Amino acid sequence: MIELKVNGTARSFDGDPNMPLLWYLRDILGLTGTKFGCGMALCGACTVHKNGQAIRSCVTPMSSAAGSQILTIEALGGNELHPVQKAWIELNVPQCGYCQSGQIMQAAILLKVKPHPTDQDIDDAMAGNICRCGTYQRIRQAIKRAAEKTA
Amino acid sequence: MKTIENVSRRRFLQGVFGAGAFILAVRCAPFSLAQGVIDALNDANRATFHPNLFVGIQPDGTLYIVAHRSEMGTIIRTSLPMVLADELDADWKRVKIDQAVGDKRLGDQNTDGSKSVRTYFNTMRECGATARLMLIQAAAQRWNVPVSDCSTEPGFVLHQASGRRAGYGELASDAAKLTVPPKDQVQLKKPAEWRYIGKGMISIDLENLCTGKAVYGIDARVDGMLYASIEHPPVFGGKVKALDDKEALKVKGVQQTISIDPFKPPAAFQPLGGVAVIADNTWAAFEGRKKLRIDWENGPNESYDSNEYKKELFDTAHQPGKVIRSVGDSDQEFGRNQRTYEADYYVPLLAHVPMEPMTALAEFKDGKVTAWAPTQNPQAVQAIVSSELGIPPENVICNVTLLGGGFGRKSKPDYVAEAAVLSKKTGRPVKVVWTREDDVKFDYYNAVAAMYLKAALDEKGKPTAWLQRSVFPPITATFDVNAIYGDPPHLAQGWTDLPYDLPNLRIENGPARAHVRIGWLRSVANIYHAFAVQSFTDELAHRAQRDPVEYLLDLIGQPRILDFTNVNYPNYGADYKTYPWETGRLRNVLEMVAEKSEWAKKKSGKGHGFGIAAHRSFLTYVATVVEVEVGDDGDIRIPRVDTALDAGLVVNPEATTAQFQGAAVFGTSIVRTGEITAKNGAIEQSNFYDYPVARITDVPAQTNVYITESSAPPAGVGEPGVPPFVAAFCNAIFAATGKRVRDLPLSTNKLFA
Repeated sequence: MIELKVNGTARSFDGDPNMPLLWYLRDILGLTGTKFGCGMALCGACTVHKNGQAIRSCVTPMSSAAGSQILTIEALGGNELHPVQKAWIELNVPQCGYCQSGQIMQAAILLKVKPHPTDQDIDDAMAGNICRCGTYQRIRQAIKRAAEKTA
Repeated sequence: MKTIENVSRRRFLQGVFGAGAFILAVRCAPFSLAQGVIDALNDANRATFHPNLFVGIQPDGTLYIVAHRSEMGTIIRTSLPMVLADELDADWKRVKIDQAVGDKRLGDQNTDGSKSVRTYFNTMRECGATARLMLIQAAAQRWNVPVSDCSTEPGFVLHQASGRRAGYGELASDAAKLTVPPKDQVQLKKPAEWRYIGKGMISIDLENLCTGKAVYGIDARVDGMLYASIEHPPVFGGKVKALDDKEALKVKGVQQTISIDPFKPPAAFQPLGGVAVIADNTWAAFEGRKKLRIDWENGPNESYDSNEYKKELFDTAHQPGKVIRSVGDSDQEFGRNQRTYEADYYVPLLAHVPMEPMTALAEFKDGKVTAWAPTQNPQAVQAIVSSELGIPPENVICNVTLLGGGFGRKSKPDYVAEAAVLSKKTGRPVKVVWTREDDVKFDYYNAVAAMYLKAALDEKGKPTAWLQRSVFPPITATFDVNAIYGDPPHLAQGWTDLPYDLPNLRIENGPARAHVRIGWLRSVANIYHAFAVQSFTDELAHRAQRDPVEYLLDLIGQPRILDFTNVNYPNYGADYKTYPWETGRLRNVLEMVAEKSEWAKKKSGKGHGFGIAAHRSFLTYVATVVEVEVGDDGDIRIPRVDTALDAGLVVNPEATTAQFQGAAVFGTSIVRTGEITAKNGAIEQSNFYDYPVARITDVPAQTNVYITESSAPPAGVGEPGVPPFVAAFCNAIFAATGKRVRDLPLSTNKLFA
């Protein structure tokens, strides 16, 4: 039995310990805000927070999530919007939106670690998140906007 | 032919609207709405059944507008309802959007070809304006005043003289009793009166897209559903010879395996066939699939090899082909003028790779299928599910979810048919989820293309004769096994319609047989056609030591309408009188982008360069300037892109800007790394490590978009940004380095190896 906390709620799981956290979140818990894009940690669509760090849930087996605190897009801002989400809305970032949960989760950790990121910091942090619609210019602007607002 | 009807008292809508609602329907197809009523009454799923394009107003003032086109990020399900809301003089805050199911009575729903706004702009306006007039009539009747003394402000009818006002909701039940006024009484707003059209709205989905609440196809869930992952034949047209599923069935959560029949050629939208693993969750289905042991019979495409095929394409391209369009006498001029220049250009197979892989949920029950699918084409879902399962198309209800990207791939609903077939075989709802590897290996690829161009030149370097010949396996081969020549609609994409004013011109196409499924991808044949034409033009400009902008303007010539008499030029399905090919508009965007980018002040060389290209596609004129910096290590950066467009009237400028910014990124992927190859008939790439797409570190740092103010009819905006970007990017690389990109992509052409 694997015990963990997801968005503050205690959960236990007795299925295949090799199952990636992504599919546990999506298929078992029905938290579908976290997306499947590649299954190999290449695109970042599945990014969630594990103990305050951005991880790729598609390659994180449930066994390694045991005892951890998982935060997903559904609970990122608590009862309100997280500053990153507000900036995303202000700058009208998404097109299809599919990758944006992962982008936002990644950006939220970037700003936690580096409240005033440089362009290089943004490149380093966000290069693992693919957006096929091509919203990168606005993603960069929105990260800077969120940094200003939280400063 | 379309007709607007008052359907407020039709019982079928009472599941959707409360009593006293006022509802207008627009009938776009030659089917009686009465028939729709009968169908709907027989339909158990009435509450989500939308019989037609309509607007409905509830007595509480809530407005429902049906979106019948698919949302994949262009904001179309906001922009089209916004057009209707404007003519209705509605309060946008009171609008709710209902996404339509697939239904041919709605007219065309295939959300591709950058044509949603242009084909439905007038319909949406007329429907909104008609509803507005009827609300005014209801108010005038109630107040016993002439209709002409009444006006509206968002959500209200006003009678200025007496100061009376009534909300649309209050008037709904009276308006519902009125006869629809004839079209000649309905007045459309003057453009100056528009509140939303031309100003734009943000996506109604915006907040949901940022909070994980938006529901895509992969997120669809129903009780009791199973999950499926399918091993497809590695070679197109292959089939299972022998299957051993013993180990697969031992995987925890796996319930069974099911063989899916191979398609009967032509492939069209049929499932590819193979073996499905059915499980309790997606992961178990994936794991079970890894344990399948399958011997394949590969069939006739087993020897397909991209390197060999490229040689064949160029062999064909170097021989006379089928003449598509001819002006003057090119042969004579090439015989006379020996000052010639020629070049070959190549663009490989390209995959779509939308971030959401192919996926669909379907439930077969009592002879009917209900599907939830991220599809650009719900009526094609109905058609293919109907033929695969042998049930009437109207017994297929296709709910359209949000799409996690489409780019043309999701117009082809093979994956939805798979879910329906598997649901019928299991007796349970089944969700099919393709892996990224499935998506890369079993796409409907943009065609691989070889282009040969030749020009005879005068002393100023201007062509006196021009020959261009393209060879590519046509999209039509996916639907007709004998098709080997380019079809007129795709040849017309930047090939037939070369806009240069030249005395001798010949445009040709040669044959090529397809060995994979060929399909349309964002801007389609324009990608390779514009790359070849705009690269060759740039080469000629540099050879003549002339400024590329000035040279392009010289070749385009004076403003005129291109004459396609005796030429098969489908013009993107649009009427040529309404949407003529106007060279003056191409000149305008070229001059506009040159000015905005300060082209005249730019100096290229020493690893820093500027490139330009201009192209019309999907009835929109675009010119793009790309700036590149190339490091000593061959590392290419794109500091800035400027793109000017004339898409006629632009209903949503903000969404249009986003589309052109995205197109530059899409084009970046094509130039840098876009290449699918086959060996022994099987696709060699599989995921983002060997089919990379542009990341934040690869893309233009800044894309500036300039929209021409125009009252011309609206044209496309989703696709037209891609073709000129690709050529301008490559032209900039030449300007910076002297290295000419003739083979795409950079990752394999060894230019910077």
